[in-house]
Amino acid sequence: MSDFPIEPGHVQAFARALGAEPDGGVPLTFPIAYAHFDPDWPLVMRPGQPWHGSGAEPGVKKGGGGLHAEQEFEYFRPLRVGQTLTVHKRPGRTWTKEGRSGALDFTERHMDFHDAEGELVARSTTVTVVKR
Amino acid sequence: MNVGEERTQVVVTDLKRTQIAMYAGASGDFNPLHTDEPFATRVAGNPTVMSHGMLVMGMVGQVLTDWFGTEHVRRYRARFQAPTWPGDTISVTARVEEIADVDGERRAEVSLKATSKNGAVLSGSATVVIP
Repeated sequence: MSDFPIEPGHVQAFARALGAEPDGGVPLTFPIAYAHFDPDWPLVMRPGQPWHGSGAEPGVKKGGGGLHAEQEFEYFRPLRVGQTLTVHKRPGRTWTKEGRSGALDFTERHMDFHDAEGELVARSTTVTVVKR
Repeated sequence: MNVGEERTQVVVTDLKRTQIAMYAGASGDFNPLHTDEPFATRVAGNPTVMSHGMLVMGMVGQVLTDWFGTEHVRRYRARFQAPTWPGDTISVTARVEEIADVDGERRAEVSLKATSKNGAVLSGSATVVIP
């Protein structure tokens, strides 16, 4: 569990990256930007830790996370600039499908975003897939 | 609003690498597949850097917010069907598939299809409250 402050500059940068008007409110997919505050998020450089991207050399392969196959957001209350949400992560379903080139393992992960009153504001569901 | 109503909108023309880098910074997804050309080509074996699927989902979501308003969207789902690349132009068609009264609200189920020159890149659906 950790906090996700919805900061105006962050929302503006996110909206601009989508090509949206920066004053158009909180974009629908903004909850994914909780990655900046997630202590377990792996796809960011952290001080003192190795990074697999290029430098003098082109970098190294790093497996594990799988491909992002599907994403869903459910909205229960408006997301507002200035509020701080509390985020709970929990695992979801897992299932396997037989694909043309072998078995595909799917994993679902949920994130629930609650406001200061403890009310559910939004839920994110991420589905990743790994070829076995 | 009626079942069958649809809108088609181009959400990006000639996607720039800079926009992908901007999205990496804003989203926190710094996977080098998206912004690191030597890694993307020489390690991952891709033709160049690829866009984040979530960047495409975010741009497609603009069609929903332009049509219905952010505050009216109750659910938004996307399935990533193919990579998108710098230079791509992405067109989205949103279509009202069903209208029903749910929990005292008039709601529409909307389908979303996004395509680039290479074909389908994202399919999605959304539940919106009809204003």
